[in-house]
Amino acid sequence: MSTLPAPRVTFRGRLALRRTARTPWRSYLIGRLVGVVLLTVLLVVVTFLIVHLVPGDPARNVVGINGSAEQVAQVRQELGLTQPLDLQFIHYVGHLLQGDLGTSLVTSQPVSVMIGQRLPVTAELSSLALMIVVIVGFPIGIVIGALMRRGRAKWAGSVFTVGASLGGAMPEYITGTILIFVVSLSLHLLPVQGGTSLSEITLPAEAVAFAPTAIFARLVRNETASVLNQEYITTALSKRLPSWRLYATHVLPNVVTSTLTLGGLLLVALLGGTVITENVFNIPGLGTEIVQAILQSDYPSVQGIILVLGALAIVITLAVDIVLGLVDPRTLNGRG
Amino acid sequence: MASNATSKPARRRIPAILVIGAMILALMALLAIVGPMVWGAGASSLGTVMGGKASSAHPLGTDALGRDVLARTLVATRPSIVMAALATAIAVGGGLVLGATIVLAGRRVRAVGERLIDLLVAYPPIIVALAITAIFRPSETSVVIAIGLAFTPQFARLTNTLAASISERDYVTVGHLLGLRPLRLLRRHILPNLAGPLLVLTSVGFASAIITLSGLSFIGLGVQQPQFDWGTLLSLGLQDINVNPVEVVGPGLAILLTGLAAGLVGDGLNHYLDPRQPVGRVRRRPYESSDAGPAAANSTGAAALSRLGAPVVDDVVVAVQDLRISSLSGSVGVPLVRGVSLEIKRGEVVGLVGESGSGKTLTAMAIARLLPPGLMWSACSLQVAGSDVSDPGTRPPKKLATDMGIVFQDPSSCFNPARHIGPQITEVARVHGGLGSRAASEAAIERLREVQISSPELRMHQYPHELSGGMRQRAMIAMALMSSPELIVADEPTTALDVTVQAEVLRLLRRLNDTHGTALLLISHDIKVISALCDRVCVMYAGRIVELLSVEDLHHGRVYHPYTKALLAAVPKTAGENRNEPLIPLPGRPPQPGTPITGCSFVSRCPMAEERCSILDPHLRDIDGHGVAACHVTTGPLEDSIVRG
Repeated sequence: MSTLPAPRVTFRGRLALRRTARTPWRSYLIGRLVGVVLLTVLLVVVTFLIVHLVPGDPARNVVGINGSAEQVAQVRQELGLTQPLDLQFIHYVGHLLQGDLGTSLVTSQPVSVMIGQRLPVTAELSSLALMIVVIVGFPIGIVIGALMRRGRAKWAGSVFTVGASLGGAMPEYITGTILIFVVSLSLHLLPVQGGTSLSEITLPAEAVAFAPTAIFARLVRNETASVLNQEYITTALSKRLPSWRLYATHVLPNVVTSTLTLGGLLLVALLGGTVITENVFNIPGLGTEIVQAILQSDYPSVQGIILVLGALAIVITLAVDIVLGLVDPRTLNGRG
Repeated sequence: MASNATSKPARRRIPAILVIGAMILALMALLAIVGPMVWGAGASSLGTVMGGKASSAHPLGTDALGRDVLARTLVATRPSIVMAALATAIAVGGGLVLGATIVLAGRRVRAVGERLIDLLVAYPPIIVALAITAIFRPSETSVVIAIGLAFTPQFARLTNTLAASISERDYVTVGHLLGLRPLRLLRRHILPNLAGPLLVLTSVGFASAIITLSGLSFIGLGVQQPQFDWGTLLSLGLQDINVNPVEVVGPGLAILLTGLAAGLVGDGLNHYLDPRQPVGRVRRRPYESSDAGPAAANSTGAAALSRLGAPVVDDVVVAVQDLRISSLSGSVGVPLVRGVSLEIKRGEVVGLVGESGSGKTLTAMAIARLLPPGLMWSACSLQVAGSDVSDPGTRPPKKLATDMGIVFQDPSSCFNPARHIGPQITEVARVHGGLGSRAASEAAIERLREVQISSPELRMHQYPHELSGGMRQRAMIAMALMSSPELIVADEPTTALDVTVQAEVLRLLRRLNDTHGTALLLISHDIKVISALCDRVCVMYAGRIVELLSVEDLHHGRVYHPYTKALLAAVPKTAGENRNEPLIPLPGRPPQPGTPITGCSFVSRCPMAEERCSILDPHLRDIDGHGVAACHVTTGPLEDSIVRG
């Protein structure tokens, strides 16, 4: 029917199209990886320096004021402080590469073994908290955003805004205390402390997740509202789709992409919340251990835990960036 | 802070949350000053009742050593508040210095510095704080330094972003040109503009500081016993929770309240300083059609129209009678479209032309039943492709999606950016047409080929941002064509495109109209586009149709309304002997939508206006049997000269 011949795409042109579709990924990934390497180097240097930045003699801190000069000398030897600084750093990095994080000054146990026992607990607690945040926060945010579409249901919006700001301002240790308070008052018994089974970490996970859930729900609400105001939603409305379909195919994907960036930051923040909350419920994870290690000047343990927590934060940030690139290809052309 | 905020002349309403937050903070400051003096003795005196329950003497009970918990909580206000304030000062001060230095430093330092701050922000502050407490051993000094330094990168980034945006503004560039030294530039131009946002940041920072600091004290890494702040008190209370559960209430509430108050102050300041905040409340009132004048004019207009065209019969795709649209903002509904009547026959191309704000798009969106919820509308009759959709209260039938295709103005924002082009084009066919996804894809590829998109199979799997603007608009037209609609509404389909692409898209629309017999409602502010494509032309002004004429009359200059004449006179001629004639721009502006109009809405810009024009709104009336126009003065085709006058 068309009288004009359709412009032909040559083989080379098609290749070029494909190439432009591929290259952003490479430069994006390279950009991310450079950042990861820099962060890791920074992390290793900082953890190495923890012992060296201690004012006075770190070995003296370890043995206490009453320790003898021989004991101090022995600890100095154990910490490797007798060698020149550059050599110490080379040794530190060399040991790290072999998975050797040193030996605890308190328990004489390898730090890597201690972390191997405690990291799963911390990871379990923060993953459970993340699940709660997403499973509870996302639907609430979407529903409120949809209810308030272009200025409707203002009351729901006001109630939600107040609730979310109050909830978002609750630190996890207070939420945890309130949960313990309520459980101990209503059941007249203390919630089981120090357990690591799923049922025992549910209450702590709720404490970790509470404020982030409120913040996340508010974020999703805002994103939903802004997506619903986009012109492509008018296009979608003109298709007269059933509303579940409108939301599932036209609103949800866009909300997910725009939520991911901040959701990733939230995940990193959850890690910090977990560290504190473990201390509320006496959970044997990295959070309780690092507090003990700091109080006892157990420098190798402190260094190991800081290193692991920092590495987790780096890995999470990288994972979020990669998922973001996969879900929303426009990110690739952005700040890559 | 409260006195400062309230004593200011109330140019803008001070948000209640700001007042409440500031009052709580002021109370806390007062407690921090007098607390240790008044309750200091009570807090340290050992009682006889240990771990006592709440009583009138000890409202929150006593701790394990028999000390009054309420008194201890009140006394702890001072260390808690002072420590948080110091930590905030370190974080804000450090962040300010770091962020501003990076902006003022050379380009290379700036790039590296910004990247570094971005990296530092990726570490959770609590981990940084733990590392710092490990170095300096737990104490109140080390915890203040730790929290201060842990939050510094965040403040540095915020300052950096703010300062960067300010330093790119014109007055700073001018300062650079005048040879101002960087420090002076910072002090005179950048800092004053940072003050507001920084105040907001400081209060938000204080909220985070008090909460994180108490958290570190709570886990035992902050204030060391026998000294105490709220965090240590809370942890002691938690240890005694099976003996005296009320003990945790005091310190817990104190931390929460202070954190919340600081947050409220931040939010309130943000609202107060944001110039975009609404001044008053928008009140909603039901739509009232109290203005009898235009209503009367309209019924006559409608009568004139029905005399002009055939009565509503089968060959009519769109029939609108007396369409009115008003906005709900403001105390009374603001009329935006004032009684539009219009008919589109099968296969006809009708143009709506007028300046922006004349109500063209609203009219089209009302016909498509896609008006945004903030608008009220009514129509005596609204028939689209055989469906009666004139009741604003009922949902339009799904059939409308297949009967009508819509081409929106900006193709870059009308495709969902997160989805491939293909599924978006096939959606209506799959959902309403019952086509399988393969059949729908094939149909879509066929349509894409028809609108002359190169390698359509490839496009189906591309994202909208991978297509050029012209290609997106053609894809949009292909999407509108998918269900072989009876009507296509094209709202400024060429405005967002290059001139060369514009012509192609117009040619495409014309061809589709020729080959498929699809009726077309074309909206444009460009009378040239309209006259190139349309069979009939509706000229809109200030929410009304002021003239309706055939395109032949338009081509021959047989127009009857001074506004149409002025539109024609403002178009550059591209050929013919008139090419060197000067263009005549139309002076003035159309009336603001919502201002009450008595008389003819065009009167203030009309070169022919007479006395009666400003008193009586003219009806649409038949002229010469050619078309209709709403003008008191004209009775025949207008000469060029009247526009010049």
